[in-house]
Amino acid sequence: MAPTLTDLIVVGAGPAGANAAITACAHGVDVHLFDEAPKAGGQVWRAPVDDLPEGNTPEAHEGSALRDCLAVSGVTVHNGQRVWSTLIKSDGEFQVDSLGPEGPMTVQAPRLVAATGAYERIVPFKGWTLPGVMGLAAATVLLKSHGVVPGERPVIAGAGPLLLAVAAGMLDAGVKPLAIIDLDSRVDWLMRLPALLTRPNLAARGAGWVARVRKAGVPILHRHAVRAVDGHDQMTRVTVSPVDASGAFIEGNDKHFDADALVVGHGLTPGGDIPRLLGARMQHDALRGGYVPQMDVFGRTSINGLFAIGDGAGIRGVDAAVTAGQACGLVVAHEADRLDTIRFEREVAPLRKACNRQNRFSDAIGGAMALRSGQVASVPKSAIVCRCEDVTRGEIEAAGDAGASDVNQLKHFTRTGMGPCQGRMCGEVAASLLAQHLGVERHAVGSFTARPPLRPVAMGELTGSFSYDDIPIPEPAPL
Amino acid sequence: MTGKRKITDHRVSVTITVDDVPLSVPRGEPLATALWCEGHLCLRHSPNAGAPRGAFCFMGVCQECSIEVDGHLVQTCLTPAQEGMTVRLKGAP
Repeated sequence: MAPTLTDLIVVGAGPAGANAAITACAHGVDVHLFDEAPKAGGQVWRAPVDDLPEGNTPEAHEGSALRDCLAVSGVTVHNGQRVWSTLIKSDGEFQVDSLGPEGPMTVQAPRLVAATGAYERIVPFKGWTLPGVMGLAAATVLLKSHGVVPGERPVIAGAGPLLLAVAAGMLDAGVKPLAIIDLDSRVDWLMRLPALLTRPNLAARGAGWVARVRKAGVPILHRHAVRAVDGHDQMTRVTVSPVDASGAFIEGNDKHFDADALVVGHGLTPGGDIPRLLGARMQHDALRGGYVPQMDVFGRTSINGLFAIGDGAGIRGVDAAVTAGQACGLVVAHEADRLDTIRFEREVAPLRKACNRQNRFSDAIGGAMALRSGQVASVPKSAIVCRCEDVTRGEIEAAGDAGASDVNQLKHFTRTGMGPCQGRMCGEVAASLLAQHLGVERHAVGSFTARPPLRPVAMGELTGSFSYDDIPIPEPAPL
Repeated sequence: MTGKRKITDHRVSVTITVDDVPLSVPRGEPLATALWCEGHLCLRHSPNAGAPRGAFCFMGVCQECSIEVDGHLVQTCLTPAQEGMTVRLKGAP
């Protein structure tokens, strides 16, 4: 099947990718935009499922506006298509293969933008694999897209601003969380205040959530973390303990909650699979959540024509993602000779300013969500780290003792990261555990090698239906 | 019942079967969410330790909610409920 040829392929229709596509297209660049969700918006601006009304939050309005804008933009949008392979052809062009309702698709372009967003990172504790425990970001999906509150008696735990956003969302839906368990102290949040106030709108939203939670009388346990979850076929009890500034548990003051759901998250990790798969130079950046491509302000990576933007290129948040998307769209149009230098400079200047303003805010939020040494050190030896393959911390450290000196060796020794999620859920934590055990810096143990397929796909769907009689078989070579 | 549908909406109901038991759920609601709301939190057991597992990330990353629907392994958090779907939990591989 001959590939469809275009000027630009964008993977990911969240705030970064969709804006890059719209901006480039507005300047005459032919764009194909892929997303695995049925509607554009990414996670933060995720659309409600079919037949549910749009929500009434700022994110819902922004997401709705983006989808309206995309619909009239001229961008060729492929929703529900899962990109499972990206490769660089011998002529330097990018080939992207996807699968979805439109069937298998192959598109080729001289430029590729990876805007694939982030995954949630959860530091393991006893019982975190029990049904009833879900991610904090997962809870936002249920609340804003599926119209569902995760439980009747939920506990919310972890780090960062999502704790309060989820609590406020639950309260709006008529469910009072039993407690909010925040890794940070009040003082930690006060110290971030000046940076947060650089984005008054966002700071005001945060203040609104705090007021909502206070008014409802939801207890907030600062400097606490989940120590264990108990239950048989599903969780029934959450145990929390106080922690120190590094996130390590302080003994002797456990509290218990009889909860039917635990919503827990410790920040985000960039989903930089495409740059890694294509061999772009990567570096570890704890503040940005993990491995990120080395790139300039426009998202240009070390590979000619490959761009990385949005949270997938380092956690910076939604506003920075929009700016990065617009700037990337402009630079693509400029490189493709659709936008002259004078106009390019004029249009990109305000985006650069916005980017500088947003960075301070992003740094403060990134600091709240970065992985802490004591958190990693507190993972119990018997706790499962790699959920897919049931690998415990003890087994990871035993592999380290047996000579596994980087995460790919760890994978060979223990199968960590070899299961269906391909290390997306455990990679950062497993690597940090190994590094801590070996007494080396995090970057010294590297990251899992990325390989296709980027998403699990059924072979039958790739091959389609065929008859063996239609397969051309050459004459056997003479003996 | 664990999850709570917060919107008393007028969505069309469809009937799916879960281990041969019919279940009425809103059309288009992702199967993982529908199962969660109906109290089916445990979807499968992990292949090595045999420990109970349920939907976890709800955004297509963790693969914990991959179970057999109409004879195929699918990520139920990405699969909207449609009339007549057959979900297998017990004894599934």
